[in-house]
Amino acid sequence: MKDTVIVDEKQLIAKEKANNPSLLRTIWREITHDKMALGSLIILIIILLSAYLSPLYIDQEAQHRVNFLNVWKAPSAEHWLGTDDGGRDVFGQLMLGTRNSFTIGFMVTLIAGLLGLTYGLIAGFYGGKIDNIMMRILDFLMVLPSTMFIIVFVVIVPNYTVVTFVLIMSAFAWFGKARLIRSRALQERELDYINASRTLGTPSLKIMFFEMFPNLSSLVIVNMTLTLAGNIGVETGLTFLGFGLPSGTPSLGTLISFARTPDIVQNKWWVWLPAALLILVMMLCINYIGQAVKRASDARQRLA
Amino acid sequence: MLQFILRRTLIMIPQIILVSIIVFLLAKAMPGDALTGAFQGNPDVSQEQIQKIREKLGLNDPWYQQYGRWLGNAVQGDFGQSYVHKQPVTHLLAGKVENTLLLSFFTLVVTYIIAIPLGIISGRWTDTWADKIIVTYNYFAFATPVFVFALLMMYLFSFVLGWLPYGSSVDIKLEEGTWDYFVSRAKHLVLPVLSGALIATYSTIQYLRNDIIDQKLKDYVKTARAKGVPEGKVYIRHILRNSLLPIAAFLGMEITLMITGSIFIESIFSYPGLGFLFIQSISTRDYSVVTALVLISSTAVIIGTMLSDIILSIVDPRIRIE
Repeated sequence: MKDTVIVDEKQLIAKEKANNPSLLRTIWREITHDKMALGSLIILIIILLSAYLSPLYIDQEAQHRVNFLNVWKAPSAEHWLGTDDGGRDVFGQLMLGTRNSFTIGFMVTLIAGLLGLTYGLIAGFYGGKIDNIMMRILDFLMVLPSTMFIIVFVVIVPNYTVVTFVLIMSAFAWFGKARLIRSRALQERELDYINASRTLGTPSLKIMFFEMFPNLSSLVIVNMTLTLAGNIGVETGLTFLGFGLPSGTPSLGTLISFARTPDIVQNKWWVWLPAALLILVMMLCINYIGQAVKRASDARQRLA
Repeated sequence: MLQFILRRTLIMIPQIILVSIIVFLLAKAMPGDALTGAFQGNPDVSQEQIQKIREKLGLNDPWYQQYGRWLGNAVQGDFGQSYVHKQPVTHLLAGKVENTLLLSFFTLVVTYIIAIPLGIISGRWTDTWADKIIVTYNYFAFATPVFVFALLMMYLFSFVLGWLPYGSSVDIKLEEGTWDYFVSRAKHLVLPVLSGALIATYSTIQYLRNDIIDQKLKDYVKTARAKGVPEGKVYIRHILRNSLLPIAAFLGMEITLMITGSIFIESIFSYPGLGFLFIQSISTRDYSVVTALVLISSTAVIIGTMLSDIILSIVDPRIRIE
């Protein structure tokens, strides 16, 4: 008699688990049920694989070698996308640029996510006066014209490197996240499990990061996927203007920035146009996946 | 109501002061000061003399004294001299403000002309083919970075098709005041305006669509329908009245986006406005101009946000909490 009860309990737990799949599972189910999202995921994986694995099939050394006999060559069998002003293969640059742009976009998203999470959790968890002060500061930061400030910082920072660029960008990318997480944390702190934990004397930091955070994690993941595309856009945009990655590190923006003179825009389109289109495709793909992830996190919107 | 406006305006004052301090400190961190470049390469001026002038101009004072003086001058419209253009910064800006205002104004108008009807159609006839097309378009608008879009527009319309001019704000051969001048000016505006407006529609369409879908199911709409109000009138007299008002309030946010967008759009089309001037000045290390532009833009954004908060509180009294 007793045994059967235990078996039942186990079955119940198993059933519960099947009914409440993990976020990753739900996301996967959502993506496979949305043809556009699935297509986007496949395209994005192909782009990223060919970019990150490019050292296997592209001679990296040749990318930095300047060859003046080979300048501005139109696309051919040897150079799929022609060559640039230094005779370098544009296709190789494109792969290298995709790798750099994506890595940096990803890093910025990660750091900004961490900053926003910490700030939002603290403000939301404590609430009251602390929340009020922190939000006034955030209100102020949010109204600053960030593109201008990033450019100014990029110019005045001494020893400018890729790392400093990532830090500067991250410093201006977390405001929205902080606000979002704070509003959810404010709701969360009223719930019983937090109150119970507090009564038991759990340290605040532990409650915030080990008890509250897991319940906000889906929100954070959704927001990070959605901002990833935006951050890649900001990086390539700044590099395009000449205030992004240092010149030694090519990005997709570096290739697009060739489009500065009418002659290049019109007659040497192979240098900048592929990079521009590639950014567009990547943005669309990431956003489609992001939308699917967003739906997965909200049961009311799910398609699957 | 009055109390809210007063309080909201009071919040703005410390914000502006804080921004001015940050901008001032950034300006101090930029290499060079008011004397850099002025005597460069002039053998008649010795290092000692420069030191003396520095002392006289107060460049050796503590930073808060310098800040006070700088702010005082800035409020009176004196931002110092541009090293590159050898003329007062205010003078330099005055020539560009008009172009940027013109561009922003038309971009904003075109954005609303496109976005409002599309948002209404999309919200009223949800899940029809028209709605699907609009949602797809809006999705592109959201995902596309402004500089990529502007470049592609320029490539397509100026180079491949050759319909519209690129670069500058007017054909320089034409005389001011003539009809041709006006036409040329308008033609030069078309591409920058469209490049900005076509992808700025995102938030308005998205907002209108969601809001109309929400409103459609509310009791007051059901009542109106039950009384026999024709469907068209239900939308015009009842739903849109509620849905359209907050759009006015998003104006401040749109202005912020315009300022950021103008940097990209103006530099791509070499349109002589403030955004292009900002990029040019920072490239040539013309820091007094950069400082002035950052200060003016930040202040404009702060005031814009305040105005939209106030407008929003007028149209939607629920906002007026605290």
